[in-house]
Amino acid sequence: MKQKLVVIGAGMASGRVLEHLTDAAPDAFDITLFNAEPRGNYNRIMLSPVLAGDQTYEEIVTHDDTWYAERGIACRFGEKVVKIDRDLKVVEGEYGHVPYDKLIFGTGSNPFMIPMPGHDLDGVIAYRDLEDTEQMMGMGAGNKVVVIGGGLLGLEAAAGMAARGADVTVVHIMGHLMERQLDPAAGYLLKKSLEEKGITVLLNAKSTEIAGKDGKARALLLEDGTELPCDLLVMAVGIRPNTALAQETGLAVGRGIHVDDQMITSDADIYAVGECVEHQGEVFGLVAPLYDQAKVLAQTLLGEDAAFKQRSLSTKLKVTGCDLFSAGDFAEGETREDIVFRDPARGVYKRLVLEGDTLVGAVMYGDTGDSNWFFGLIRDGEDVSEMRETLIFGPAYQGGGSADPLSAVAALPPEAEICGCNGVCKSDITTAIEGGATDLGAIRATTKASASCGTCTGLVEQLLQVTLGDDFQMSTAQPICGCCDLTHEDVRRLIKSQELKSQEAVWQELGWKTLNGCHVCRPAVNYYLLADWPVEYQDDPQSRFVNERKHANIQKDGTFSVVPRMWGGITNPAELRAIADAAEKYDVPTVKVTGGQRIDLLGVKGSDLPYIWSDLNKAGLVSGHAYSKGLRTVKTCVGTDHCRFGTQDSTGLGVKLEKILWGSWTPHKLKLAVSGCPRNCAEATCKDIGVVCVDSGFQISIGGAAGMDVKETELLVQVPTEDEAIEVVMAVTQAYREGGKYLDRLYKWMAKVGLDWIKETVVDDLENRRALVERFELSQSIYRKDPWAEQAKEAPRFAPMADLTLEAAE
Amino acid sequence: MSWIDIGHIDDIPLRGARVVKTPVGCIALFRTAKDEVFAASDTCPHKGGPLSEGIVHGQSVTCPLHNWVFDLNSGQAQGADEGQIATYPVQLDGERILLDSTSLGQRSAA
Repeated sequence: MKQKLVVIGAGMASGRVLEHLTDAAPDAFDITLFNAEPRGNYNRIMLSPVLAGDQTYEEIVTHDDTWYAERGIACRFGEKVVKIDRDLKVVEGEYGHVPYDKLIFGTGSNPFMIPMPGHDLDGVIAYRDLEDTEQMMGMGAGNKVVVIGGGLLGLEAAAGMAARGADVTVVHIMGHLMERQLDPAAGYLLKKSLEEKGITVLLNAKSTEIAGKDGKARALLLEDGTELPCDLLVMAVGIRPNTALAQETGLAVGRGIHVDDQMITSDADIYAVGECVEHQGEVFGLVAPLYDQAKVLAQTLLGEDAAFKQRSLSTKLKVTGCDLFSAGDFAEGETREDIVFRDPARGVYKRLVLEGDTLVGAVMYGDTGDSNWFFGLIRDGEDVSEMRETLIFGPAYQGGGSADPLSAVAALPPEAEICGCNGVCKSDITTAIEGGATDLGAIRATTKASASCGTCTGLVEQLLQVTLGDDFQMSTAQPICGCCDLTHEDVRRLIKSQELKSQEAVWQELGWKTLNGCHVCRPAVNYYLLADWPVEYQDDPQSRFVNERKHANIQKDGTFSVVPRMWGGITNPAELRAIADAAEKYDVPTVKVTGGQRIDLLGVKGSDLPYIWSDLNKAGLVSGHAYSKGLRTVKTCVGTDHCRFGTQDSTGLGVKLEKILWGSWTPHKLKLAVSGCPRNCAEATCKDIGVVCVDSGFQISIGGAAGMDVKETELLVQVPTEDEAIEVVMAVTQAYREGGKYLDRLYKWMAKVGLDWIKETVVDDLENRRALVERFELSQSIYRKDPWAEQAKEAPRFAPMADLTLEAAE
Repeated sequence: MSWIDIGHIDDIPLRGARVVKTPVGCIALFRTAKDEVFAASDTCPHKGGPLSEGIVHGQSVTCPLHNWVFDLNSGQAQGADEGQIATYPVQLDGERILLDSTSLGQRSAA
């Protein structure tokens, strides 16, 4: 007698089960198929091409009416299952009962809707079924769409609507797109190519509310106050296994319906397959494992031995023009090693993750031609030790190549392209070498090779070495660190010329060899970006040394020092009282007067910092930036206020300068002083910038130091008015900010560019002087603020995350 | 092992660290760029620098006092420096961070 099989849900997984069953044993079961959607099984994965207009719905139908009829499957589409009676073995549909011997749950998953205010308004949809897709297809030119979620589905939705002409913004809460499949480097490239398609991408953006008008979604509001108007809002933030019915039926349910290796639930006659299941703690969203499950379930139903095994997965994004691939596991690990290849000119990023002698993961962007080969190596766990040296170049390079880079360069054909930016091939360079260009500079001058982005510099040098042999001297320019081949100067130049505005952009476009830099290059790159792109780039505290992150100086015992600002060294009884109170309240062991004319509170506990700052803030005191590679102090003497020798108001000018310059970041610390007469009581001539007042005006001199090196300043210019003195100081500060190498004091920068060059460009060229001042002001509009006041709001961050010693004592 | 919930992963800044006080001393919880979490002693064996204040790069941290670099997997000092910090079992359950209390010298709650 035929067994009665009831299937709940006509999705891709259960559809595949039915194919296997009816092919292998057409007469084994009497099959009834329930589906809540009023249609049969279609290829949900291909909804994105339908949305983009590349395919029609008819083309993605997997099983049509004829198919079900031929196989004798009783279809109950558009009918919900109300209840299951496991004792009587009956499924109760909206329109009648169906008894079963075997029952399959293929209930799939539900899109997750963030329960923020307004999520139930009209015009807020998920991206899950044909109805959603049809709504999105209605969006064209003149429509504004916001997509929440920068994962696979969200991006496909965004790209599809953008292709139809809609104005699309993607809002993603994480720091890079598709964070589960991609690393930040590939995420950066993906963002860039989506932006080229006209899609706006907002990262680290937290949605708080959907604003409505007349019951319809009008705009999405973000935490930072941004309002994004929209005609349609698509929430594509993830899926949850649909387990409601299974739960009511009393099956074991966790995140999904629990199944064993044979796809059997906690009830021996009930099975589950697809996105609704949980197997060994995992739930599933990609199609490959679902098809594996379907095959196993069909075999189980037919009494054959079969077991479902989880295996590595690969992902490709179905967006035209975004070549993207990720497979396996690409988390870093103790026993794992990375091979990274970047070709900035072609926008290519490849990363292979090796564990021992096998490949365990791969991420590729821009060139995914060999992805199947790599996926095969991952899936089969093949030993790759033999081809490791050239593995990343793909299958074409395997089979006994030499690992020596010089012989690899020597073996390149004459027409091989060396410099992608300027289209320079190998023979162009060798011809130039034979013509007398025997160093890098000469090659750059004659062929332009390595003169743009500079990432082929290594290749050009190897060519010089191969061609000239021992006559070639490798250049001595030091790269920033082992993460890259470029000097500080090169990186600064390229950040400006290529308009690189994020750390990911720098790492990718300049060919970084590590994932996210190291403690040497990260602070430098962070500084260069914030100095060159004050508006576009956001300062990254995690790329700063502890002092600048904590806004306090760490001491040898791990405590901190706190130095409030005293403008021009001027204070008053109220401030002094607040400092004294704070010193007592927080048990500050040492109170010291500094050389910069202010008071240092030494020995403050890290967890007390936000509280002592808050107390000092209340008295009007702000951070003295005693810890920063930035403006420290402007030391003054009392000038004409009190001194019988004073020629100008040196205190007043010092206070003005400090109020203008404070908060600015510079390559290294920046100290100023203003003396009221040539007796120079404020010691202005050993500061980075010193002003000495004379009867006829203000002498501005620069490049002094009193540290490891002791330097006297050199005269830059004498100006007649205070306003002009302030303008020159701002201009020279900005020139140093824009040109200096990170951790070079001003005198070192001056030694490199020359005092005459500074005089010509910063002082004499009035147009440039004003432009420098303008750029400084722009930057200060963001950075001239008290970091203590902001940090004090984050007080919990300064405390231990947990205290387990208390618990133990109880 | 006995896992205890320490907090949410977002309590630690990305590429940053936070301290947990335990019976065996201060332990730093590090969060890498890729949301991996590591637990290790907060104290540099060189001069006692607080490693939780260091720069986190890749799966390493650099001590803020004298730039010793430690691999967070093994606790081993990198490069020319020789030294070792204790590492502790830690795991992520979704977005919750779990530490093994037995390895922290805590009696498991009976």
